[in-house]
Amino acid sequence: MTTQTPILNSSQNRRARIEKRKAVIMPTLAIVLALLVWEALVRYYEVPHYLIPAPSLIAQTLIKDGPSLLNSMMFTVKLTLISLALAIIGGVLIGMVFALSRTIEMSFFPFAVILQVTPVVAIAPLILIYVHDTFSALLICAWIVAFFPILSNTVIGLRSADHNLRDLFKLYRATPLQRLRFLLAPSALPYFMAALKVAGGLALIGAVVAEFVAGTAGQNTGLASRILESSFRNEIPRMFAALLLVSALGIVIFLVTSWLSRRVLGHWHESEIRRES
Amino acid sequence: MTQANATATSRPLIEIQNVYKQYNTGVIAVSDMSLDIKDGQFVSFLGPSGCGKSTALRMIAGLAEVSAGKILVNGHEPGNAAGPQDIGFVFQEPTLMPWATVFDNVYLPLRLGGISRKDAAPRVEEVLSQVGLSKFADAYPRELSGGMKMRVSIARAVVTKPRLLLMDEPFAALDEMTRFKLNNDVLRLWQENGLTVIFVTHSVYESVYLSNRVVVMAARPGRVVADIAIPGTYPRAENFRTTPEYNDSCKMVADALNATLGSDDIDH
Repeated sequence: MTTQTPILNSSQNRRARIEKRKAVIMPTLAIVLALLVWEALVRYYEVPHYLIPAPSLIAQTLIKDGPSLLNSMMFTVKLTLISLALAIIGGVLIGMVFALSRTIEMSFFPFAVILQVTPVVAIAPLILIYVHDTFSALLICAWIVAFFPILSNTVIGLRSADHNLRDLFKLYRATPLQRLRFLLAPSALPYFMAALKVAGGLALIGAVVAEFVAGTAGQNTGLASRILESSFRNEIPRMFAALLLVSALGIVIFLVTSWLSRRVLGHWHESEIRRES
Repeated sequence: MTQANATATSRPLIEIQNVYKQYNTGVIAVSDMSLDIKDGQFVSFLGPSGCGKSTALRMIAGLAEVSAGKILVNGHEPGNAAGPQDIGFVFQEPTLMPWATVFDNVYLPLRLGGISRKDAAPRVEEVLSQVGLSKFADAYPRELSGGMKMRVSIARAVVTKPRLLLMDEPFAALDEMTRFKLNNDVLRLWQENGLTVIFVTHSVYESVYLSNRVVVMAARPGRVVADIAIPGTYPRAENFRTTPEYNDSCKMVADALNATLGSDDIDH
């Protein structure tokens, strides 16, 4: 290490901007290309639309069935976000208790592990029997899936604070609240953000899987029900359209959590710092 | 802060009386250590790894428990009655919070003492300028070099205007140029702020350059083997490292070190 490193002030702004644009243009180009090839192949070989529909047909279906699909998507979004929020609240609170007391952790961690390792598809029928309100039942299923990564990462994160810094807080006789606020919580943040990225995707998976098991029909249903329904009626383009929306939802969740992680950690944590070469 | 006491004026700032430290593993880190340190002294604890010098420092700070014996800092047991703002500690690593700016890192001890950011700002800026980092108040630790990080760490340790500054091999990981510079910075802080410093090191030359007293320790079990007064005036003259008295002191300290153990694990 040298004695004097000046504060970063890059003169390579232009190259960085080109690099940034490339990061958007290249994947977009690749996707557009793949869609064109798909369209061409389907048309050339005259593949029937009940086997593999062309992208153009999927787009048409998407527009035609838009309102009803959008309704279902809102249902899935609501389910996913509420379960994710509950997973964050539950995971962080329980994680804090676990981090404070080894005894409590020792006693109750096995329950968390059991919840985690048992496939949600296997528990879902039981939950649907016990909980009458379908939405609540679905919520519980999605919550179970999303909760564990938040819990385990919060516990590890809270324990990961630097030992010398702990000593420093002890030296200045920090109160437990000060220690949590100024030392433990910031130390845990990178772990929490990593968990959030995983849990966001898992909440969506949980929401979709649970709805598949529930097999609910009627007004108030999500995208999974649309997919099921379309498969019964052999409406393959509609299936693709619904599937597309589920993927889009997952991508948005990923982008939002990634953006959040960069916002929160970007100025200090190694995982989010961009290095110039 | 000092309790009314008949002997308060003549009482040493730190009294270490027959102190032992045994870890749960059975290792005796410090054995029968007795030492008085007067207000205003610059004392180095010098010895090979495993001689208990860091453990002694941590016990004085109240970060490690004493197994037997007694340590009094300003008449109080460490970690007890002495005000928490009264001791500054500098670790071997800079030990900065990576998520906080230089300003916030230095502000931390005052913040933990319940002082608002606004009230603390003048003092934080003052110590930052004392260590030459005024321009870097808004920088994050990762943007600083090793030497600058260490200066932030020192600024944080003195921001509360402590009477006692404890330093645990703070410059061991730095290159020699940086180390020399920081040595002078520490001496200046010591003189300007009327501090008492205990400086743990494994370098004979560093201990002689800095201190007016070198306590030589030996390992297995950790114990004090020599207590050597170092002549010489402060601030250190530019050519102090080439004066005969500096060399004589170095020889004396090195001899004391060599007398009790092989010279194999001494860093020159």
